[in-house]
Amino acid sequence: MRVVVDFDLCESNALCMQAAPEVFEVRDDDFLYVLDENPPEELRSKVEEAVRRCPKQAISIEG
Amino acid sequence: MSSRNRRNIVVVGASLAGFRAVEELRHQEYDGAITVVGAEPHLPYDRPPLSKQVLAGAWDAERLPLTPIGKDVDDLDVEWRLGVAASALDLGSDDVELADGTRVPYDGLVIATGAAVRTLPGQPELEGLHTLRTLDDCLALRADLDAAPERVVVVGAGFIGAEVAATARQRGLEVTLLEALATPLQRALGDEMGRVCADIHREHGVDLRLSTGVDGFDDDGHGRLRAIRLTDGTTVEADVAVVGVGVAPSTAWLADSGLTIDNGVVCDETCLAAPDVVAAGDIARWPNQRFGEVMRVEHWENAQEQGAHAARRLLGDLAPYEPVPWFWSDQYDRKIQLAGRSSADDEVQIVDGSIEERRFVALYGRAGRVVGVLGMNRPRPVMEYRQLIADGVSWEDALAR
Repeated sequence: MRVVVDFDLCESNALCMQAAPEVFEVRDDDFLYVLDENPPEELRSKVEEAVRRCPKQAISIEG
Repeated sequence: MSSRNRRNIVVVGASLAGFRAVEELRHQEYDGAITVVGAEPHLPYDRPPLSKQVLAGAWDAERLPLTPIGKDVDDLDVEWRLGVAASALDLGSDDVELADGTRVPYDGLVIATGAAVRTLPGQPELEGLHTLRTLDDCLALRADLDAAPERVVVVGAGFIGAEVAATARQRGLEVTLLEALATPLQRALGDEMGRVCADIHREHGVDLRLSTGVDGFDDDGHGRLRAIRLTDGTTVEADVAVVGVGVAPSTAWLADSGLTIDNGVVCDETCLAAPDVVAAGDIARWPNQRFGEVMRVEHWENAQEQGAHAARRLLGDLAPYEPVPWFWSDQYDRKIQLAGRSSADDEVQIVDGSIEERRFVALYGRAGRVVGVLGMNRPRPVMEYRQLIADGVSWEDALAR
């Protein structure tokens, strides 16, 4: 799967980081960093939770 | 009705909580019928942009509809009954009566009718005098802002009023923001934190009047707002005003249902209100065991999470719903986030940054535990402290981090 973040929508609320810290990190510069754009399949439900939790609906999954 | 045998679930309320309940039902592979009843004539849509991006004119309404992950709304296979409100619930015969006289039977029911705006005592119906809850409210208000009024008055400096004031101000309009308390958000955040929120508005040139309420509204003789008389004896001329003094749970339709109604629909710790009936979102009042408190939470994230939880409850999952609530508000270039519980009676300590920088983290402590965290432009530590609150960390340990 490929994780896609629309950075025009992202406002670094960091809910994604709480749901899937292996994939999403909001650093002290307040920017979101996608740590792994192609996370392994076993992280799918965590990534889907991150997609759901984002208040800006800024994250999507491809594949 | 055994939760395993449900074939006909009805969701009353077509906003975020109801939508997420539907999504979760399908995610859990419930393949029976789902009917959603919604008072508004729209498919479920997202409300937060109504006081921000849509009101600012940056977004069109087309960006608001809620979508399930990885599929279309149509894939949810829902019968939508939109533009008609529920008017009664008959627990005895397991059906919901709608305002158009029809009845919708169910074997599982999600109540998610949310809350409706409060108005001021004696508030008249006038052109230019707005409340803001729905998409239609937002579009009407936006049209008035597009006409470049000389001044906009916002009544109420809670989070919605504050966001509307910020949006109007950033559109270049003159804004007067009225707050009945001496400090905005004082009851929720305490004096010091409430004052920061007030100062931000002043810094952006908003005419903020604290300890000031409305005495009355004057019209122009043709049904249009002309001025507002304030409790300090002054009058502010304005032909556009927004009253943002909170919401009340929409429980009138349930008054004769037999459900326990007390500042919302009262549920148990699993969000069950009665056999085969769950509630979620702004309308639900339930004991959150994590905080030892009965609460009703009006935050966006709660509607989403509780909607999903209520769906699982209907399908037989007995887990208690015990979130650490989380909330955000965007005003100007400040992002305010609040997680957990906070009140004016709690101990408050700034643990990161400073008020002066307008970038900080403050913790709220109660009975020896950290219970809340307020952040301004510090999203990462807010999430980290949110986890500490979930873990039940002591006040002293939290301060030591």
